[in-house]
Amino acid sequence: MDGMQNSEGTTLKQHLIDPEICIRCNTCEATCPINAITHDDNNYVVDANTCNACGDCISPCPTGAIDNWFNVAKPYSLDEQFSWQELPPRPPEPALAAAAADAEAAALFAEAHKGAGGPARAPSTAAKPKVNLFNRATPAQARVAGNIRVTKSGTSSDVHHIILDFGSTPFPVLEGQSIGVVPPGLDATGRPHAMRLYSIASARDGEKPGANNLALTVKRVAEPREDGSVFRGVASNWLCDLKVGDSLGVIGPFGTTFLLPDEPEADVVMICTGTGSAPFRGFTERRRRIAQAGSGKLHLYFGARTPQELPYFGPLQKVPAEVLAQELVYSRLPGAPKEYVQDRMRARSAELGALLAKPRTHIYVCGLRGLEAGVDQALTEIAAARGMDWPAVRAAMREEGRFHVETY
Amino acid sequence: MPDGMNVNYDGLIPNNVDLNSDARVRKALETWHPGYIDWWKDMGPEGFQESLVYLRTAISVDPKGWAKFDYVKMPEYKWGILLAPAVPDRKIGFGHHKGEPAWQEVPGEYRSMLRRLLVIQGDTEPASVEQQRHLGKTAPSLYDMRNLFQVNVEEGRHLWAMVYLLQKYFGKDGREEAEELLRRRSGHQDTPRMLGAFNEATPDWLSFFMFTFFTDRDGKMQLEALAQSGFDPLSRTCRFMLTEEAHHMFVGETGVMRVVERTCQAMKDAGIQDAHDIEKVRALGVIDLPTIQKKMNLHFSLTLDLFGSEVSTNAANAYNAGLKGRYREDKIEDDHRLIDSTYPVLRCIDGQVVKEDVPALSALNMRLRDDYVVDCQGGVGRWNKVIEKAGIAFQLKLPNVAFNRKIGEFNKIHADPEGRVIDAGTWGAKRDEWLPSTDDNLFITALMQPVDTAGNYANWIAAPKVGIDNKPGHFEYVKLHD
Repeated sequence: MDGMQNSEGTTLKQHLIDPEICIRCNTCEATCPINAITHDDNNYVVDANTCNACGDCISPCPTGAIDNWFNVAKPYSLDEQFSWQELPPRPPEPALAAAAADAEAAALFAEAHKGAGGPARAPSTAAKPKVNLFNRATPAQARVAGNIRVTKSGTSSDVHHIILDFGSTPFPVLEGQSIGVVPPGLDATGRPHAMRLYSIASARDGEKPGANNLALTVKRVAEPREDGSVFRGVASNWLCDLKVGDSLGVIGPFGTTFLLPDEPEADVVMICTGTGSAPFRGFTERRRRIAQAGSGKLHLYFGARTPQELPYFGPLQKVPAEVLAQELVYSRLPGAPKEYVQDRMRARSAELGALLAKPRTHIYVCGLRGLEAGVDQALTEIAAARGMDWPAVRAAMREEGRFHVETY
Repeated sequence: MPDGMNVNYDGLIPNNVDLNSDARVRKALETWHPGYIDWWKDMGPEGFQESLVYLRTAISVDPKGWAKFDYVKMPEYKWGILLAPAVPDRKIGFGHHKGEPAWQEVPGEYRSMLRRLLVIQGDTEPASVEQQRHLGKTAPSLYDMRNLFQVNVEEGRHLWAMVYLLQKYFGKDGREEAEELLRRRSGHQDTPRMLGAFNEATPDWLSFFMFTFFTDRDGKMQLEALAQSGFDPLSRTCRFMLTEEAHHMFVGETGVMRVVERTCQAMKDAGIQDAHDIEKVRALGVIDLPTIQKKMNLHFSLTLDLFGSEVSTNAANAYNAGLKGRYREDKIEDDHRLIDSTYPVLRCIDGQVVKEDVPALSALNMRLRDDYVVDCQGGVGRWNKVIEKAGIAFQLKLPNVAFNRKIGEFNKIHADPEGRVIDAGTWGAKRDEWLPSTDDNLFITALMQPVDTAGNYANWIAAPKVGIDNKPGHFEYVKLHD
């Protein structure tokens, strides 16, 4: 039962099959690598004493009946499950259990999603993400297939685009999901380092279509301190210094809510600074590749100090305007007044207000925590100008999976 | 992670069998490919070749990366060659060669027998696509339309799977058989498909659901028996096909269930208690339960014919040779040779149905059919739960195996659904009580009006409990006009 204990340690997460939906096709039983699934003439059932929650049976199930996880004090026996005509009443779910069974990742997401002002939900049309396929103990092995700087050299902002190739190991991801890495070595207290989450910056079908790889956008953290020393981030420096061919363990994938709606009609407003652009690069690539006729558009509000410090400045110039409307905003452009993302949003108040009023608009905010307050204030004003109350609009959008915040 | 799990999508033919280093087979498949695409365009779903369909494509045979969902135009679907991972040191599990290492090449002595098994299996796959090609036009929802097309593209892939084996292991003979698979046509007077049930029309959606429930379930049993094969490439091919076949049975079981559910709901709403008050029920625009029973009688009996003769030396030979096992052979506890054991078989002796013990080896078709009937019973039980919940006094029931049979022991007699032998006159008089009549079919056909607004369903069928890929109700599963 390893890994099935939940965070309180008092209940078990038991894997169950919904007998009302199951068609007894035997796929799960044939797929299970450890023979945890069995059946009688009535039902297919999972033996709680054997199941290790590896999830191998989840994707091949044609009905979705297989994907039920109950928090129970005492697991249901096989005989109990055989006798069921339907699942017993579902016990209450602990918050975030679905987002990440990995407690470490769950805690990181709880922090990152705080700015949304309530529990996050996935867009109703988003593809179903796969999560927790690999953990700390058995990470997926990836090879560095590329590591290039995407900000101009000479600037203080050293942002890297890192491509990780998974070879023959399936590592299915969706745009907006994250992966976890653990830097090698031990921390100051002699324990392994904490896991870091990084947003995936590529599309679900790989950095190039059909490749089994993904990209990350990593900023090298090197901050001067008051005492004259420089604080160097352990994980970011390790990642930025990786050489092509190096291998590393990757945990995850994680994240079940910060996902792209699967409807070309949906307008998507993406607000970010710095490496917060990573998921939006994935979104943009996805939309560009499926290239369907749809009325919806991507709207990017992207802030940086200067064009030289804006990650992916070059590639962004090549994205067709019919896919992506770009508002690149600079706060340290020589000879120009400081402009922040929220300033540009106010300048586009009419357009953003119209988007807010549309029922299929999705808003995503990603970047440093400091971004939240300014964006929230700007949206309050934009909404007010159309007679809408932003906190109420925001709550409704969040409920419908149309407002997402991931900040750090 | 063992090699061979991931699928190479770079070339013309996605595969996990390293086609790139097998120039001979690659060339054979590439030569066959245009003919296949022509066949798909001629005989595949009519009128929807340009629509964007939200389909599942296998991207890896490893369960973790099993499949992805995306919008695809059907002619651009990635049909590929996918084999389940090899089991190291696999041994032949039954028959004369039990315990010997599984064959990686075709054993010469069984060459023609194996080829025959592959061709028969392969022939059913394009046949069902042909049978269902007109259904898109009358789909009761975009959800159902998408499920139909998913079934169709996967049957197409199953054809690929058999063609790969033919071309890789049977040289010129295999290439000719592969061409023939594209040449035969379901229901064609001169060049029909090989098995009877695959030459019957699938005229309406209730037939489609019954077909996917009953006939694809036979497909599952046959594939499972072939997955036991001592010829390892066949075993691996069929193991992967089974994971796809599961979706087809899902479409059938839930499809019939949704029809039953809608009928019961409409009866309840209208205060109709008597399921046999057919006119009143039909006036509600739903399919009455007795007609559903008749459709069931038809498809169940047609499918039983696919199991072949109850007592069969062909089946015994294939088992002895280690080519085709029993359903879940690996889970059965016996000697796996069946030399001295017997199995009870229903036979027709002097015009009466009697049970007789025969050598187990020659009763393999019967055994597979018995397992099949038990499997079907499970689904029928679930449909009955829906009726029971609605408080309607009616039960759907599988007819007796002797009912309406064209192949095997009972092909010379007439039997009623209870299995009682009757004379031809009685059969003629009662036939329309047991099997769909012309009027029944006309009524059903009249109901088949297309509904193509996302989230809406035709009046005669309930919405599904959960969407495909967890999509919400209003999701647009097929984009018709892009």
